[in-house]
Amino acid sequence: MAKKQKSKRVLPGFGLTMGISVAMFSLLIFIPLASILIYSFRMSFGEFLELITRSNVCQAFATSITCAFIASVINCIFGLILAWVLVRYNFPGKRLMDGMIELPFAIPTSVAGITLSKMYSDQGFFGSLLEKVGIKASYSKVGIVIALVFVGIPFVVRALQPVLEKLPESYEEASEILGASRFYTFRRVILPELTPALLAGFGLALARGIGEYGSVIYISGNSEREGTQMVSYVIMQKLNSGRVDHEGAAAIALVLLLISFLLLFIVNMVQVIAGRRTKR
Amino acid sequence: MKKEIVVKEKASNQKEGKRGTKPHGLVPCLLLGVGVLFFLIMLVFPLAEVIYRSLKEGLEVYGAAIMAENTLSALKVTLIATIIAVLVNTFFGLCASWCLTKFDFRGKNILSTLIDIPFSVSPVIAGLAYLMVFGRMGWATPYVEKINEFLGTDIALVFSVPGVVLATIFVTFPFVSRELIPVMQAQGTAEEEAAVMLGAKGSTVFRKVTFPHIKWALLYGIILCAARAFGEFGAVYAVSKARGKTFTLPLEVDALYMAGSAESITQAFAVSSLLVLLSIIILVLKQIVEYRGKREL
Amino acid sequence: MRHGILKKVVAMGMSAVLLTGVLTGCGGGEKDNKEENDTISITNVSYDPTRELYAEYNKIFVEHYKKETGKTVEVTQSHGGSGSQARSVIEGNEADVVTLALAHDITLIEEAGMIKEGWLSEFEGNSSPYTSTITFLVRKGNEKGIKDWDDLVKEGVEVITPDPKSSGGACWNFLAAWYYADKKYNGDEESMKKFVSDLYKNVLVMDSGARGATTTFVENGQGDVLIAWENEALLSVQEHPDDYEMITPSISIKAEPSVAIVDENADKNGTQDVAKAYLEYLYSDEAQKLAGQNYYRPSNEEILKTFSDTFDLSVNMCTIDDFGGWDQAYKDFFDDDAIFDEIYSSTNE
Repeated sequence: MAKKQKSKRVLPGFGLTMGISVAMFSLLIFIPLASILIYSFRMSFGEFLELITRSNVCQAFATSITCAFIASVINCIFGLILAWVLVRYNFPGKRLMDGMIELPFAIPTSVAGITLSKMYSDQGFFGSLLEKVGIKASYSKVGIVIALVFVGIPFVVRALQPVLEKLPESYEEASEILGASRFYTFRRVILPELTPALLAGFGLALARGIGEYGSVIYISGNSEREGTQMVSYVIMQKLNSGRVDHEGAAAIALVLLLISFLLLFIVNMVQVIAGRRTKR
Repeated sequence: MKKEIVVKEKASNQKEGKRGTKPHGLVPCLLLGVGVLFFLIMLVFPLAEVIYRSLKEGLEVYGAAIMAENTLSALKVTLIATIIAVLVNTFFGLCASWCLTKFDFRGKNILSTLIDIPFSVSPVIAGLAYLMVFGRMGWATPYVEKINEFLGTDIALVFSVPGVVLATIFVTFPFVSRELIPVMQAQGTAEEEAAVMLGAKGSTVFRKVTFPHIKWALLYGIILCAARAFGEFGAVYAVSKARGKTFTLPLEVDALYMAGSAESITQAFAVSSLLVLLSIIILVLKQIVEYRGKREL
Repeated sequence: MRHGILKKVVAMGMSAVLLTGVLTGCGGGEKDNKEENDTISITNVSYDPTRELYAEYNKIFVEHYKKETGKTVEVTQSHGGSGSQARSVIEGNEADVVTLALAHDITLIEEAGMIKEGWLSEFEGNSSPYTSTITFLVRKGNEKGIKDWDDLVKEGVEVITPDPKSSGGACWNFLAAWYYADKKYNGDEESMKKFVSDLYKNVLVMDSGARGATTTFVENGQGDVLIAWENEALLSVQEHPDDYEMITPSISIKAEPSVAIVDENADKNGTQDVAKAYLEYLYSDEAQKLAGQNYYRPSNEEILKTFSDTFDLSVNMCTIDDFGGWDQAYKDFFDDDAIFDEIYSSTNE
């Protein structure tokens, strides 16, 4: 191991690039985020616990996590279909479709939120259709999920595409020749290959969704009673209400940060493990 | 030897992938249908709605909205922020991916996880974090003031254009490195090592050996970074309050929309369509880059 | 040294990046300095619905100031939710003057040590050059027959009002309803709580700010009635005369948006004089008329009377003093676990 390490250091620039990366990371990302930690420590632990366990805060975390989870699952299903269609089939408008997948990155979240809230309100096109089936979209959890599906879809599709491209079609053909059903082929041959990428996309979409603000505030209705307040909304509420509670906002932000880190970490772990398994 | 096979296989797959097959049979058609439907509902319709609403009042209103002083100023700030964010993040991306893929060291996994943090941090938190460092009550403010005094300048790091730039850098931080790392990892270190053994200088190795491999991924990362940079709302909103001075296009859209009159809402959608146009230009660029990148492989 | 050139390249790249950063920074700085030479620049941090008012007011003020002193002023506007605007000033948004939705938000800035004590009496009428009140906006025809606060608690009436925990304007709405209940039940607190609780049970969408609520009601077509500032309601009626009408309840509250000089910033920027002139001129006849035209009630009684066909001058209005001032009101009603939390969570059951 040690020998291997040494041999890799033949290349120049380790110290320099490492130094620059770490310095820039600390300066631009780490120090600002650490300030949140410092700020929330201005509260005593008792106060911190009391704030975090308040019913509206807990509810907001529950809402954020469940809605982001549901949205990510939906994104995984449709993202897989989209990626599959884009990689495997040829059809007119394919390139246009491929190019537009990243649109949610580029459209400001506020514009997305405003547009979606109108489209899915009972006066809007999709909203009135859903209303007939008895689903209230805008100003409910359904609306939140819709907004989060919108912001999360590129993460999943873009994570899957390169892996699918590398997956030779001969796999499926072989499996089919051997008499396996389509579903069996998918479950036993294709899905395992895709799992790490799917998980990565899922994790990123989930993490993004939990913290989402701009696209959600317009469509959610922000009602504590109906449990449609997101964590980011509660943070803004702490800041903008008549108390300008920076400490409280920092404390909730800290918990949100920890949850995102944890998610990111788990996803990376699972990816590493899954990666090892497929290599074998 | 093994690697060669992999590369060959990859190339042939890519060719196949590009050609694709015509979907026939029930399941492929169904999949295609579902995919296209989802795509239409989730992506195309919101876009169409934005464009329809921006043109509802006619081209004249549209033109006036686009050429308004505030819009132009917002466009300028957006471009400044995007360009600087792209420069900084490209530089970081190159350094980080070089050190993460060409060397083995303890804590490598942790570092690569950490770099992805801005992906998962709520923009609300990003804005808050900068205010807690550089805001009026932030701990770094006295130092910034001292530096300003020393240099005789008056640079404010929040509620100013530099503040907007910083917030934009934060949210787009990992975009370039994320695109580069997989490519550089796949490429391995053998070629560079050989070049170094043969006596090439570090810069030459990078220029002649590494760069040709990564140039499309790099461009792709830059484009994604730019796309995300000019669309950012939440983080920038926290540190930019003066309309016509530090507002970016997304903030201008929000301001117009929040002004509430029918006219200003149309203007809001007109400015949004400008953003959509920018993103489409960028996405077209991205397609070209991807296409050429694949062809060269 | 193998690393030499790479290092140089990297160093050059780094300095290029830094240079760009510094240039943009300096670019901004230089511009500001230049402006300081021939024009004075002040920033007015205000709340959402005053955009149109201040866009027009700034024009007449610039003219007036030029005539009086020969100096050119440039006013930068900033708008947003009142609370978040107050916060941005505390966090370093360099406002010379603030014109916010309620005195409480200015008190927050005072508590941060940026405004001198006694600002509330610095200008006439509790430093409120214009006032407004809380009214109902309903859809044309008023199918649900909404006339007064009583009608809002009826079953099947869908109400739109913003969240008082994140919007200053919404606090006025809540207090007006509370005052009505106070009169109706002669101060019996249990019945009053029941009344407002029933009212908030009917709230369909609770937006984060007043403007968001108006958008939800007008643009997205939600709800039967929007509890709104009179100026917002009148603006919507003027824009869509065939779609909406305004109902003035029998009892309401005198909403007093306050103004103040942010002393810390004004002293630093040397803009005390112009800031003072800016706020004083709000009380001039021209500015008062402008406020009336933008549907704010002018504080000048004479001018208010000339707008008697716009405003219903017979509304029975309480003031914030009936609640013991904003600080007391905030503590009693909107803090964590205060009355609003109590009645709103009880709507769960």
